Amino acid sequence: MAKVFVFLEGNNQDLKKGSLELLTAAKASGREVVAGLVGPGVKALAPKAAHYGAQTTFVCDAAELGHYNPETFTDAVTAMVKDSGADVVLASSSVLARDLFPRVAARLDSGVASDCTILKLDGGTVTVRKPLYSGKCTAEVEFVNSPVKIVLMRPNQLPVGQPDAAATAQTKDFPAPAASGKIKTKDLVKGSSSKTDLAEANIIVAGGRGMGSAENFKQLEDLANALGATVGASRAVADAGWVPHSMQVGQTGKTVAPSLYIAFGISGAIQHLAGMSGSKVIVAVNKDGDAPIFQKATYGLVGDLFELAPKLTEEFKKALHK
Amino acid sequence: MRIFVCLKQVPDTETRIQIKTDKSGIEESGVKWVMNPYDEYAVEEALKLRDAKGGGQVTVMSVGPKSRVTDSLRTAMAMGADDGIVIDSAGEQVDTFMAAKALSEAIKKEGAFDLVLTGRHAIDDNAASVPQILGELLNIPHVTVVSKITAGESMLVEREIEGGAREIFEVTGPCVLAANKGLNTPRYASLPGIMKAKKKPLKEMTLADAGVSSAQMKTRLKDFQLPPDKPAVKMLSGDAGAQAKELVRLLMEEAKVL
Repeated sequence: MAKVFVFLEGNNQDLKKGSLELLTAAKASGREVVAGLVGPGVKALAPKAAHYGAQTTFVCDAAELGHYNPETFTDAVTAMVKDSGADVVLASSSVLARDLFPRVAARLDSGVASDCTILKLDGGTVTVRKPLYSGKCTAEVEFVNSPVKIVLMRPNQLPVGQPDAAATAQTKDFPAPAASGKIKTKDLVKGSSSKTDLAEANIIVAGGRGMGSAENFKQLEDLANALGATVGASRAVADAGWVPHSMQVGQTGKTVAPSLYIAFGISGAIQHLAGMSGSKVIVAVNKDGDAPIFQKATYGLVGDLFELAPKLTEEFKKALHK
Repeated sequence: MRIFVCLKQVPDTETRIQIKTDKSGIEESGVKWVMNPYDEYAVEEALKLRDAKGGGQVTVMSVGPKSRVTDSLRTAMAMGADDGIVIDSAGEQVDTFMAAKALSEAIKKEGAFDLVLTGRHAIDDNAASVPQILGELLNIPHVTVVSKITAGESMLVEREIEGGAREIFEVTGPCVLAANKGLNTPRYASLPGIMKAKKKPLKEMTLADAGVSSAQMKTRLKDFQLPPDKPAVKMLSGDAGAQAKELVRLLMEEAKVL
């Protein structure tokens, strides 16, 4: 039977949503599903992988893999993919996977389709599409001369299936790869936010120049907390230093594709739209009803941002925390 | 210090994209081409590292149609790069593997080097793959999304990850680094710089000279389509309280995203 290898990522005790989406798609394809996990303690996630469809889980559970290293992770994952015999590899378009898989692809003399938004996988074929030119068009990525077809999917594009708590998987341990010493991971500096990264967030509340000041911008955090959302910003806000650049959405910031994107006081410059037009539902909140953002929005609210923000926070709290 | 900087030319963000009638790609007539924004950070960093060392050679290179990518190479030379290499794709579709292969072969022909710099991704296809493949083909480490480089005996390289956190790598020997925004502030080309750039050496080679042919292609883009039209925006009415209530209802009952 044809096989599919799914690279999984987790935090604490849970697999990331993007990983669950891919396990669900892999299970539905009718292929034999082999999952791969790399890092210390990841073995604890193997039963979860089984619940969502993995039949076999490959585990490289070593202390020295606690921090990402492009060299050792490439070695570990390449060994797993080769061992699995799979001709299709799925991974979420995460910060780690986007760094890792092009190199794995080159080592396997194969191609990689990154940042895909459409995946059709069955027992024989895999078909993927991706946005190009900041979402101004899309194209199919056809694999040619590619013994292994590596697909990096944007999170929040596919459904997550119901877990089957009775399902179990075989696990196979892989040894930690030897390091050449040419590249060492020295340190990890924590960021400003412990929330889900913008690129993977399911709900984003973003603010623009219309928020007026760094002080006012903080109001969006209350709203984001009520929704379990991650906060983003326009370039103007990042350049003004109200928030770090890591929160910038747009052409020279993050490309995001949440289910819900709420834009506060963002006029909708083309460079901003380039980063968020892949969002499923866009809510624009602006005092100027003619702002270009409304042309991309699903729902539009016009009014005083500082009246609307607390009212929305209150309504979301009522609706979601009954 | 010998540094290679790999550039890509991309359509300006403001450009309207139209699809060819056979759906094989975009209509290129009328497109304004610019240097990929992230590549400007790579050029700037190369110049800074060279000048901090008190000398060296920064070579800018690009794979693409010679007649147009030469413009971006000249721009980088006007910023201060010493010379350029253009690998002419002559209208052929070049995937990330072919581009990385051509760049790696051209670099190998040049001899010893200390560093290869690129942008973190090109804003046209957002593949973010060439730096890593280049690292593999040159058998040297890579680091992507680089927000800080401290050069010394070895190099300390910061990579931005989730939520603004940073991984710090120590790299010994040559490597490929892919620049993120925040690494530096790219300089503008000065008028004397632009004049000088016209006379700087530019080597030309073909894909075949670099040992690359379309038989090596691994991914092909096809069936280009414009996105489906979005339905018109639904504008809510009433005071702040009424709009807020109505939005929550719509998100739960109509859009079903909560």
